[in-house]
Amino acid sequence: MLLNTCHTNPRVVGPSKNGSIGLMMTWTVAAPAISAAFLSSLVEAVEALTIVLAVGTVRGWRPAGLGAVAGLALLALIVLALGPLLDRVPLNLLQLAIGILLLLFGMRWLRKAILRAAGVIPLHDEAIAYATETAQLREQASLDNARLDWLAALASFKAVMIEGLEVVFIVVAVGAGRGLIIPASVGAIAACLLVAGIGFAIHRPLARVPENTLKFVVGVMLSAFGVFWIGESFGVDWPGKDIAIIVFAALFFVVALGTVALTRRVGREALQ
Amino acid sequence: MSAVIRVLRQVAGLFVEDGWLALAILGIVALAAVLALLMPRLSPAAGALLLFGCLGVLVANVMRAARHDQEP
Repeated sequence: MLLNTCHTNPRVVGPSKNGSIGLMMTWTVAAPAISAAFLSSLVEAVEALTIVLAVGTVRGWRPAGLGAVAGLALLALIVLALGPLLDRVPLNLLQLAIGILLLLFGMRWLRKAILRAAGVIPLHDEAIAYATETAQLREQASLDNARLDWLAALASFKAVMIEGLEVVFIVVAVGAGRGLIIPASVGAIAACLLVAGIGFAIHRPLARVPENTLKFVVGVMLSAFGVFWIGESFGVDWPGKDIAIIVFAALFFVVALGTVALTRRVGREALQ
Repeated sequence: MSAVIRVLRQVAGLFVEDGWLALAILGIVALAAVLALLMPRLSPAAGALLLFGCLGVLVANVMRAARHDQEP
């Protein structure tokens, strides 16, 4: 996950006062990247762990572990293969492509979080997801026992692969182009280790993680990053430079909260 | 083959869940790009269009989804 920090930002890397070249990363620059990567990775890690735990509980830890390790290995291969390619992409094209993906990804999460907060769609419950997954595996077990270990390993592999891909995407999107791959990777790895540690210690899915709140906050942050990056790729000179990201996030947050209130009112009026 | 297609669909689903929302976002980005590239002096206006366009699209999409959900 630690890719090359190819495109340097003068505010991030530059000569220090005593003439030495070193990392001059300020907390205000790194903190949004670390927290965005940490919070979004937390959500993805919980989702992956729920399925791995379900597989492990029903079919044993061997297929669950094999599937998860295979998923992690493929993810590592994807990162190692694609990481160096980022060096070759012009910065404004990289900003545009990743900005668009961030905006699509962030607004998708934000939309869903608003609809859940307003009660239009039900909240995602890891306990229900875990119960559904274990029920499906048990049903398959009664049909075909021989193929089941493969199916179980495949379920574990797919969960780690898909959710891990989201984590990799977020790390690259938040960090690439601004020399923040390492802080973003640190945030993501910390979240994955935290969830894996707690999950395997308690052997239950982390149902108490406030997933919708996290998705709401991360959706706001990713949308703000997306707008900022797309604008930068077009040559927009944002007032306040990096500070603009915080202003955009505040705007997205206020508008999203307002939309929750508006949606609830529309729902109440429809019921009357 | 169908497993590969399923995985690819899931990867695409990371970014696109509601086609209307995705198309509207891409439309706003395209409009802002045209404005910024054809009239570089108006790049602040392109930035404003991008930001407020995305906010508007979000509100409109959520309201649409909420109304759609309440239809009998």
